[in-house]
Amino acid sequence: MTFVLFAEQVLNGLQFGIMLFLMAAGLTLIFGVMGLINLAHGSLYMIGAFAAAAVAGATGSFLLALIAALAAAAAAGALVEIVVIRRLYDKDHLDQVLATFALILIFSEGTRWVFGSFPLFLNIPETLSGPVTLPGGIQYPLYRITLIVAGLLVAVGLGLLISRTRIGIQIRAGENDREMIAALGIDISRLYTLVFALGAALAGLAGALVGAIQSVQVGMGEPVLILAFVVIVIGGIGSIKGALIGSLLVGLTDTLGGVFLPQLFKLVMEPSAATNLGSSLASMAIYILMGAVLIWRPTGLFGARA
Amino acid sequence: MIRETHLNLGIIALLIAIPAWALMADEPFIITLMTRAVVFALAAVGLNIALGLGGLVSLGHAVFFGIGGYAMGILAHHAQTYTPLTEWPFLLEGTKSMPVIWLTAIVASTFAALVIGILSLRTAGVYFIMITLAFGQMFFFFAISWSAYGGEDGLSIYVRNGFPGLNTLVPVQYFGLCLVILLAALFLNARLAKSPFGLALNAARQTPARVETVGLDPTRLKLVAFVISGAITGLAGALFADLNRFVSPTMFSWQLSGEIMIFVIIGGVGRLFGPVVGALVFVALEHLLGGLSEYWHIYLGILLLLIVLFGRGGIIGMLCGRERLHD
Repeated sequence: MTFVLFAEQVLNGLQFGIMLFLMAAGLTLIFGVMGLINLAHGSLYMIGAFAAAAVAGATGSFLLALIAALAAAAAAGALVEIVVIRRLYDKDHLDQVLATFALILIFSEGTRWVFGSFPLFLNIPETLSGPVTLPGGIQYPLYRITLIVAGLLVAVGLGLLISRTRIGIQIRAGENDREMIAALGIDISRLYTLVFALGAALAGLAGALVGAIQSVQVGMGEPVLILAFVVIVIGGIGSIKGALIGSLLVGLTDTLGGVFLPQLFKLVMEPSAATNLGSSLASMAIYILMGAVLIWRPTGLFGARA
Repeated sequence: MIRETHLNLGIIALLIAIPAWALMADEPFIITLMTRAVVFALAAVGLNIALGLGGLVSLGHAVFFGIGGYAMGILAHHAQTYTPLTEWPFLLEGTKSMPVIWLTAIVASTFAALVIGILSLRTAGVYFIMITLAFGQMFFFFAISWSAYGGEDGLSIYVRNGFPGLNTLVPVQYFGLCLVILLAALFLNARLAKSPFGLALNAARQTPARVETVGLDPTRLKLVAFVISGAITGLAGALFADLNRFVSPTMFSWQLSGEIMIFVIIGGVGRLFGPVVGALVFVALEHLLGGLSEYWHIYLGILLLLIVLFGRGGIIGMLCGRERLHD
């Protein structure tokens, strides 16, 4: 095992983690402010990817595709919030789970109806394709580097938005006491729609960015959604910092585990059995991580103490 | 308003009358469809014990369903290929006998429910939902990567497993077997709800603090409920695999966990026959709407949304009104 291979895998893990962060940040924000568990967040991710693929196919511009993804996901998010989600804030978690599960069914089948069951493809833009050489002689795809940088920029932007702006103050106040900020004259339902649309836009952005390196298909959102849940459980609900650290942990564990666990077992076992056992264990690694965090800190690394 | 006991008797009558009619009219497909509904109902009865009695919103019950399925798949696979499961420390052969398979399914899912329950019950509320969902996904990916038992393709079993004294290949006989198990599980559920344990669990769901004051441990009560719940759903998984003579990782999928939960909700959470009504309605919709449109899940989604937003208490809630506090 060489240093170059290791560095590449670490970068892959970072890239995966930072994309998970875009999903987890929206989820944790929505839960923190509105107390809502949103299973349909994966559908917004899918909508972003499909909007990007459709616009890129029609215009050939990746930038327009990204804008379309953000707009489509934010619009879908706002619409869903106003029509359905708004009625769920006062209900218990069971009702929220079911209603958002119902939304997944509607969104997934609706998308299948419009775009068909075959995956779409979104190409990496010309200027971002090809590898770059990093210090240390590591050849790494430029697009993936761009994803890491873009994701980190979004993370910083989100952090600034929440800690420095007026909207951020309202969001933080909403997390602490929603009745109080409503009493102080802030239009709470508009704030909720805004937060939901913001979370949706982040999910849509993630969908479009990842859509260029994977295929764009119905049902692509839910595996990512469940990983984002793992991230939130690890990081602690409602904490953006927890979401960032949790995402990187999950991204690195999953990627490095998938590559290195089989190799590790090869040191002590015959190759085929090692590959089997290693890849089986690797597919469970992040859940084992989650279990370990839960035993250590039941409310996550940065969650409020219960 | 209909009395709930009358409604329940009516449902049992329906469960017997429809297959009886199908037998007379020579419609074996209807009997298979009813078997599917009965097995789904059994899985949902399991979930209803955790959800209705214990208030545990588990979105990972497909784990137990899948474990039951794989218990059947693995044992029958070894029996049909005449290879032992293991030769060390002692020889363990596969089997085609249903009672043995069921016992294995129950033991395995009990153990899984115990481990998952201990970990998940360290938290509550929305964490619990996410964690059970995540454990479900863990088993799903494990099943996919487990190439010894078919990996992504799953396992096919050529001949349905046997039950002493019955020919399980005859649809109506297998249906009868599943129905008896479902009724037994419902009986167990009814007894459980009225037992000291059930009453304590009910109290633990509503006000854990009070339960603690009288010296009971609410987490332990919930854990026991979760384990019983997992065991029943595991048994349902074994029956489902035998019905299809096929197991695959989709039995572990999160969609299935969602569907088991839908059965409970459509029928009515915490109602004894809620899961049965829910599963019957779901299978009927799947058959009728699925025949009309390829995209029937849209209609299912809309229906579900309407039930959550406007129809409190599911179908039984609408027919019978609020649950009476004292019987």
